[in-house]
Amino acid sequence: MTEPQQQPAKTAIQIRNLNFYYGKFQGLKNINLDIVEHMVTAFIGPSGCGKSTLLRALNRMYSLYPGQRAEGEINFYGQNILAPEQDLNLLRARIGMVFQKPTPFPMSIYDNIAFGVRLYENLSKGEMDERVEWALTKTALWNEAKDKLNQSGLALSGGQQQRLCIARSVAVKPSVILLDEPTSALDPISTAKIEELVHELKSEYTVAIVTHNMQQAARVSDFTAYMYIGEMVEYGKTDQLFIKPQKQETEDYITGRFG
Amino acid sequence: MNQNIYRKRVFTNRIGLTLSMLAMAMGLFVLLWIMFILFKNGFQALDYNLFFKSTPAPGSAGGGLANAIVGSLMLVGFATLISTPIGILAGIYLAEYGDHSKTAEVTRFMTDIMLSAPSIVLGLFVYAIMVAQFKHFSGWAGTVALSLIAIPVVLRTTENMLRLVPGSLREAAFALGAPRWKVATMVTLRAAKSGVVTGLLLALARISGETAPLLFTALNNQFFSLDMNAPMSNLPVVIFQFALSPYEDWVRLAWGGALLITLTVLVLNILARVFFRDKISA
Repeated sequence: MTEPQQQPAKTAIQIRNLNFYYGKFQGLKNINLDIVEHMVTAFIGPSGCGKSTLLRALNRMYSLYPGQRAEGEINFYGQNILAPEQDLNLLRARIGMVFQKPTPFPMSIYDNIAFGVRLYENLSKGEMDERVEWALTKTALWNEAKDKLNQSGLALSGGQQQRLCIARSVAVKPSVILLDEPTSALDPISTAKIEELVHELKSEYTVAIVTHNMQQAARVSDFTAYMYIGEMVEYGKTDQLFIKPQKQETEDYITGRFG
Repeated sequence: MNQNIYRKRVFTNRIGLTLSMLAMAMGLFVLLWIMFILFKNGFQALDYNLFFKSTPAPGSAGGGLANAIVGSLMLVGFATLISTPIGILAGIYLAEYGDHSKTAEVTRFMTDIMLSAPSIVLGLFVYAIMVAQFKHFSGWAGTVALSLIAIPVVLRTTENMLRLVPGSLREAAFALGAPRWKVATMVTLRAAKSGVVTGLLLALARISGETAPLLFTALNNQFFSLDMNAPMSNLPVVIFQFALSPYEDWVRLAWGGALLITLTVLVLNILARVFFRDKISA
């Protein structure tokens, strides 16, 4: 657990009265939440509570699917990203996302990382080489991958693939990184590496992480939100929420007495 | 454990196994029989002349299938050049853009009809719109007819292969801010590459043996010709005409051509399988 720094906290993403619908089914009910800049915010709760739904609203991933819609406001540094005129590609370049299962693209390790960078930046070969090395170093993958940059990303192990996916997100230099259960498909050692990585990342990025693992939330996050059936039950500093939760439901869940 | 139920299940299992083995044996037997007859009659025609001499005039001895082989290669080659981009682009549209829109549903429905349309109908169609209009048979008309057969095959396999690409891969590309066309061409099409190539090879195999659509379009040419505006010789029609002729040499050549086509289709199918196996293991 890390102490939140004492400087005045700036809000990166402000969520106001957010309701989310899968067709007729309401997945999120009136969510209000501030995600603080350069902090790690964790979302915990039982399966189906809406934590992934909330994360996928933050980069408008749901817009790929007709029938899914959000109401309310999500202000990303003051700009409402739910507005219809929002450019989704630009938004996703600024709010990156890493998924539950590693999803390396069917191309070389180098190109996996260069793919996203090339979308928005025109770099020379030398600059691109540097960027790839920088991203791989940042995700502690450089030493393992530097001799096989031209090999397929699919040739890496599961844990390495997931770090490659994080490197891919980091390489485009977003402002926020969303992690959707990034370690649930990984072994404990890979998980530990990724948790370390999350610590590293927050000096430069704002991080939001969904996790099934409460210890993980306690270990990596500064703020934690406990959700249940589409509602935000409790939200606060991680130490406080885990040591002295305000609500009985939260306490039941984190002590394992739930359900 | 109830012994009766168990014995009954063993019995049913045996019946099922026997029936499927019988079905397999019948299929395999017919296939081997065809291959045997083809080799027996066609192998002797496979010589130097077959590949380097043109089809002989009625009654004259010797000759080969050079004009038909080159003609077939050109017809099938141009048809592939036309149908590949159309089929793949339309497949991308259906899988990545259209999804369940009205346009996509209609396209899918039409494609299914085209897939099952008898090839002779497509040949007649091209005859009506091209041959009858320009008053002569031509290689281009044959190419168009073959393309009409290949496009739906390429289209549907491309779409199906793209649909097999997990949605998570697509989302991962979108999550980097990639526009849809980049996601489709750089990520999903690449992931589905071997499946799409398999579809292309199967379409190629299908059209290289088609006779009916060429009868009305490219017809035949006794001489060696590279002119796509003129009637063009091709293996299936030559086989059709020569096999029914009274001349022994012609019949021999027809067998040689039949063996040649079969071997080509066999190789294409094997290639398709190899490609697809690579996909599964990757």
